[in-house]
Amino acid sequence: MSAIPWLTIAIVLPLIGSVVVAAMPSSGAERAKQVTLAFSVLVLAVVAAMALQFSPGGPRFQFEEVYPWIPAFGISYAVGVDGIALLLILLSALLVPLVVLAGWNEVDASTSKYSTKTYFALILVLEAMMIAVFAATDVFLFYVVFEAMLIPVYFMIGGFGTGRRRYAAIKFLLYSLFGGLLMLVAVIGLYVAAGQQGEATFLWEPLAAMAADIDPATARWLFLGFFIAFAIKAPLWPVHTWLPSAAESARPGTAVLLVGVLDKVGTFGMLRFCLELFPEASRWAAWPIVILALISILYGAVVAIGQTDMMRLVAYTSVSHFGFIVLGVFAFTTQGHAGAALYMVNHGLSTGALFLIVGFLMLRRTERSQLIGDYTGVGRTAPLLAGTFLVAGLASLSLPGLSPFVSEFLVFMGTFTRYPVIAIIAALGVILAALYILWLYQRTMTGPRPEGAAPFADLSPRELLAVGPLVALLVLLGLFPQPMLDVVNPAVESTLEQVGATDPAPEVPAAAEEGTSE
Amino acid sequence: MNTLTVAGSLAAPPFQPPDIDYGLLLPMLVVFTAGVLAVLVEAFAPREVRRSFQVGLSLLAVGAAFGLTLVQAASPQLPETGGILVAGGTVAVDRPTLFLQAVILLLSFVSLLLIAERRVGDGSFAAEAAAVPGSEEERQGILAGREHSEVYPLVLFAVLGMLLFPAANDLLTMFIALEVLSMPLYLLCGLARRRRLLSQEAAVKYFLLGAFSSAFFLFGIAMIYGYAGSVRLSAIADAAAAAGGGEVLLLLGIALIAVGLLFKIGAVPFHNWKPDVYQGAPTPITAFMASVTLVSAFGAMLRVFYVAFGAMAWDWRPMIWVVAILTMVVGAVVAVTQTNVKRLLAYSSVVHAGFILTALAATSAQGLGASLFYLAVYGFSTIGAFAIVTLVRDSQGEAVRLDQWRGLARRSPLLALSFALFLLGFAGIPLTSGFIAKFAVFEAALAAGGTPLVVVGVLSSAVTAFFYARIIVVMFFTGADEPAEEPGSGAAVAESAHAQEAAGGVSVRTRPAPAVTEAAPQVEVVKPGLLSQAVIAIGAAATLVLGVVPQPVLDLATQAAQHLFVR
Repeated sequence: MSAIPWLTIAIVLPLIGSVVVAAMPSSGAERAKQVTLAFSVLVLAVVAAMALQFSPGGPRFQFEEVYPWIPAFGISYAVGVDGIALLLILLSALLVPLVVLAGWNEVDASTSKYSTKTYFALILVLEAMMIAVFAATDVFLFYVVFEAMLIPVYFMIGGFGTGRRRYAAIKFLLYSLFGGLLMLVAVIGLYVAAGQQGEATFLWEPLAAMAADIDPATARWLFLGFFIAFAIKAPLWPVHTWLPSAAESARPGTAVLLVGVLDKVGTFGMLRFCLELFPEASRWAAWPIVILALISILYGAVVAIGQTDMMRLVAYTSVSHFGFIVLGVFAFTTQGHAGAALYMVNHGLSTGALFLIVGFLMLRRTERSQLIGDYTGVGRTAPLLAGTFLVAGLASLSLPGLSPFVSEFLVFMGTFTRYPVIAIIAALGVILAALYILWLYQRTMTGPRPEGAAPFADLSPRELLAVGPLVALLVLLGLFPQPMLDVVNPAVESTLEQVGATDPAPEVPAAAEEGTSE
Repeated sequence: MNTLTVAGSLAAPPFQPPDIDYGLLLPMLVVFTAGVLAVLVEAFAPREVRRSFQVGLSLLAVGAAFGLTLVQAASPQLPETGGILVAGGTVAVDRPTLFLQAVILLLSFVSLLLIAERRVGDGSFAAEAAAVPGSEEERQGILAGREHSEVYPLVLFAVLGMLLFPAANDLLTMFIALEVLSMPLYLLCGLARRRRLLSQEAAVKYFLLGAFSSAFFLFGIAMIYGYAGSVRLSAIADAAAAAGGGEVLLLLGIALIAVGLLFKIGAVPFHNWKPDVYQGAPTPITAFMASVTLVSAFGAMLRVFYVAFGAMAWDWRPMIWVVAILTMVVGAVVAVTQTNVKRLLAYSSVVHAGFILTALAATSAQGLGASLFYLAVYGFSTIGAFAIVTLVRDSQGEAVRLDQWRGLARRSPLLALSFALFLLGFAGIPLTSGFIAKFAVFEAALAAGGTPLVVVGVLSSAVTAFFYARIIVVMFFTGADEPAEEPGSGAAVAESAHAQEAAGGVSVRTRPAPAVTEAAPQVEVVKPGLLSQAVIAIGAAATLVLGVVPQPVLDLATQAAQHLFVR
């Protein structure tokens, strides 16, 4: 497509950055942070320049690069983006510099026995992998990055986290690894099945083209292998329990990347791999999955209400939100898919902002308490902090005018046309969301200032710079969602076509037609 | 003498000495000659120069044999699609064998570097193996700075056996190779410099169980001979194909031979020797056994099952399935409870044997290629891992208790990082060689219809990942913040770590001799000598490079396996 290998540059650049940061002397922590920030801003610039050249009306995958990597197994280094992947890569590239900025003083010699530069080098490694995982159009490459991503996160939680971080790190690793290994079986199985169809390859496009020819029973097993891995990653009830532990013990910056981007790999994978490579199996499994998604929505919300730890609370709200995304994915309607794709981005923005602000709040206490009960009346002395927190919180509960509303509305609409009852029950999740967010706000930000306590300092310019762009985007994309929809829609339509390719008569024909005609 | 000649002339035409193409046997002959020379050196060279002589001689011999193997592999004499039978058809020279022999020689070379290391705790081998542990004689030997340099000829003879084992084209030659490789290993196991009783116990155990399994193997040969009337692998295959299989003698023979071979590779239920022997043996020898012996034994097993019993695959495959599943599951589960690093690596080796068995059960060129690749990459990581084990020491030698490895990452980040790399490779994390290897064997197994095997394999991978991750946790995330668990040393450790960070160096450093006189032995990381450094670097490089760009070696293995073994 393009003479300039944009995606490879975007993947290699942070890797170079991490090597540079790792090679710097341990004493110059400040310099290491600056270099990290510079590299992440550079990556953002590259990704933004690439995004500007993306033509929504063009072919589905753009900026494609394909090089043979291990020809013996038909493995290639193949990257390329469609609209959904592009948005998620943009999100990743945007969140990393903000996390670096926000986490400037998050890690120091007193919080970890490792040198500070290591943390920032790990962030850059993770950034490279995040971009690679969304860009991969070779199933094997996707799997490799999917698994390799665990390692930097494992060290970021285990080496730099708080509280029971070792427990959290190993729980995270084992859950993800278990899912990943099931996926490995499915990946190998897919390769063998493709070989039986004539072309043993891992490239996504030929695989998708032969998707309908794979033996249905085999396809269902393979679908399950992929789906369980993605459900753990997403995370879907009942395999979500690693997320609250991980988020609780992670640094807020780590949590932003973990929940804001990494977990999206799960839902992104469902859209890209489960649905398109196994269309028949996806329709076969839709009902149970929709039920699981519904349980996630309600369970996550209810449990979030009862949390006393802010990080855990935000983690549980994410479980609820991921339920919405999965619901949108398995509704098999244009609105549902577009909503799900948008939801991934918006959730990254709103939850990212929430985690960052919680992190700011914690840094203002010397003992860095995460407990809700330790804070009260923050808004009286720190109006900016409280204000941004409120916007991020309202976004999280999908207030109209803020961007998550658009996506949630689309998901509801898309689900309703196919599963009206489910959509109505899922709407309860929105009410619960209002409860957990507003109650959290009320308890921490409003109320009298605690007597004798030092006043809370308001956001510093650096902190404002970190969280400001997120808040601005939440408002902006809430008012003008159309550009994002334009980017996403071609990918959504081709996904739906692929899913419907073997089943021209959907279960609810009238509703589906209505969905696509709009 | 007279009767023999008479009997010979009565029963058969005069004995024709087989025409032997010595050129094709050259790699083995070089190692053999070097072994004999080494014995002479041991007898006649003065003690002061003996060791350097031996080291040079053995490295030279193994290196030369490796070169000759490469020459053979490249020579036009070797047919593209098959191989050559040498020495009256008792030895086969074909591409899979040459691949295996090249790997064996390379790994032996690396192991020899580790064996020759003396900078770490005065070497790993006993000063006076014949002296009673704790006796005055032993003390004298240690004071005189002695070390058994017989180690080198023993290793050379073991290497000879290992070269012959996968190349043997009849069962009797194979049995002889088995004994030639085993006998020196039994001895080598008992030569540890420290914890000598444990070492001697390991040697006796290995010898008794090994002799037992050899007997099984021999008995199996007798059965097969009774069935096929020949010990030649191709003749057995022909007999089995002609009769359609199923005869009791043949099946019994297969089972007994399998017992002998499965013992050598340490598959469940014949794995019990592995943890004890691996723990007791001097660590360089453990590394040698865990890598080179495994390659050789698997090579022989692949040849027997692909060539002699290939037509009987339907009969023995269920057995191999059961053994593979048991090996993976039992090895993984038992490993979880281990607290000794060497035992843990032993159980991990058991699990890996199970993984390779899944490819053996595939009986395809793909399976053979996958096994060859797996053996090569696993060998390098294993030697590297054991090399690191030799460096973490307390006053009594190697500190092998897992809790002694606590916080290693802060004292020697590079060392801990290398070990973590090996562990990630064993766990099969992508971008390490272990992942590609596992992928290859599972793919072969799946293509051959072994879905249950692959599912069990993947699940046991998850279990093994747990205990590998646990070691990483111990090394990286445990330490200074748990002063209660590590009395006294916590502060000192933190201090030294800080000093190191301030210096900006990430190199492995010797901790300053602790002034604290604690009852608990101080664990320290010895500065590795040049040889150990080389071993670790080679292992780490292989683990990483073969994980990222595996194609060249993968090509070699696939090409070698393409036409299977020569019959």
